[in-house]
Amino acid sequence: MSRDTALVSAEWAEKNIDAPGVVFVEVDEDTSAYDTGHIAGAIKLDWRTDLQDPVRRDFVNKAQFEALLSERGIANDDAVILYGGNNNWFAAYAYWYFKLYGHRDVKLLDGGRKKWELDARPLVTDRVERPKTQYVASEPDTSIRAFRDEVVDAIGTKNLVDVRSPDEYAGRLLAPAHLPQEQAQRAGHVPTAISVPWSKAANEDGTFKSDDELRRIYADAGLDDSRETIAYCRIGERSSHTWFVLQELLGHRSVKNYDGSWTEYGSLVGVPVALGDEPGEA
Amino acid sequence: MTVPTAATAPTAAGCAAPDQAAPLPASLDLEKETVITGLVKAESGEVVPGAYVRLLDSTGEFTAEVVTSPAGQFRFFAAPGNWTLRALSRHGNGDTAVAAARGINEATVTVAA
Repeated sequence: MSRDTALVSAEWAEKNIDAPGVVFVEVDEDTSAYDTGHIAGAIKLDWRTDLQDPVRRDFVNKAQFEALLSERGIANDDAVILYGGNNNWFAAYAYWYFKLYGHRDVKLLDGGRKKWELDARPLVTDRVERPKTQYVASEPDTSIRAFRDEVVDAIGTKNLVDVRSPDEYAGRLLAPAHLPQEQAQRAGHVPTAISVPWSKAANEDGTFKSDDELRRIYADAGLDDSRETIAYCRIGERSSHTWFVLQELLGHRSVKNYDGSWTEYGSLVGVPVALGDEPGEA
Repeated sequence: MTVPTAATAPTAAGCAAPDQAAPLPASLDLEKETVITGLVKAESGEVVPGAYVRLLDSTGEFTAEVVTSPAGQFRFFAAPGNWTLRALSRHGNGDTAVAAARGINEATVTVAA
């Protein structure tokens, strides 16, 4: 994978808004932004109501994903261009998800909604309807998804990358600072995890940094690219952003996203937790 | 101490920024929370809706980002200490330093081209 196969620029997107076989999809947790204005022709996916199982803590299964994409009018051979707010966190999560279910042609819009807005590119409020399709998903590719036992086993053996902010890593905050801090679980990080906030990979306009800059950031942080890597955050969307950088832009192999992330790990009974700014011992 | 306003509690499940114009949730404990809130304004003094406000920690590292409300408001839940607010907008960018304590800390960020 590389930048050419995984990413499109805002310029490219604006020129290809009406291109046949290209579907723009805005992905957010709060879809009110879409309702106030979206890229022409873009459909919306709601991270919570469309991509999460309504009862269990898990994402939608293969049949649910097929039904969702069929109903929204996405076909197996469509080129899907994902974008969203929050510096593309939820769009990156959706990208990971489309990959997990085997969609062939999916890309992220570099800079997402923020870059588009700061560039003053056009947004419309038209209602978008696409004809229904018969989408067929693959079985989930768990080579890119980590579960909690793998994370515990990875302590001291694989690269663990905590992509939350430094204060969340150290245990001084329990959630990103735009949210209230009251939470049930313990603060801290998985022992031996290195701290590389997702934001290191992005410019302030939301675009990804250059490949050379990205390689330097993870090398300087001590990521050993000969070993397997598991990225995590609080609920798995910021770590999708880092998973995207490592596997899809830099071409690392064997990178997994732990979507259970700190809200699961920090609530487990009996697992080790490290506090403070250092990775800690295995 | 709680804030006597209607509860529109941001969910703990997600990570997206809640509506910046919503009242503080009634359950919010201001003896524990450090709220940094205020307005983004242009040089003319007009409020700037739709600006991206970034909260940077004392080392300049990104901590969080929200988009201002139609009235130009933003709000963060941080911790006591020194922070920088950096706003990006179509009208330009700007920075403001904040020394935050527990409770509500108000700040204005002025953006200019």
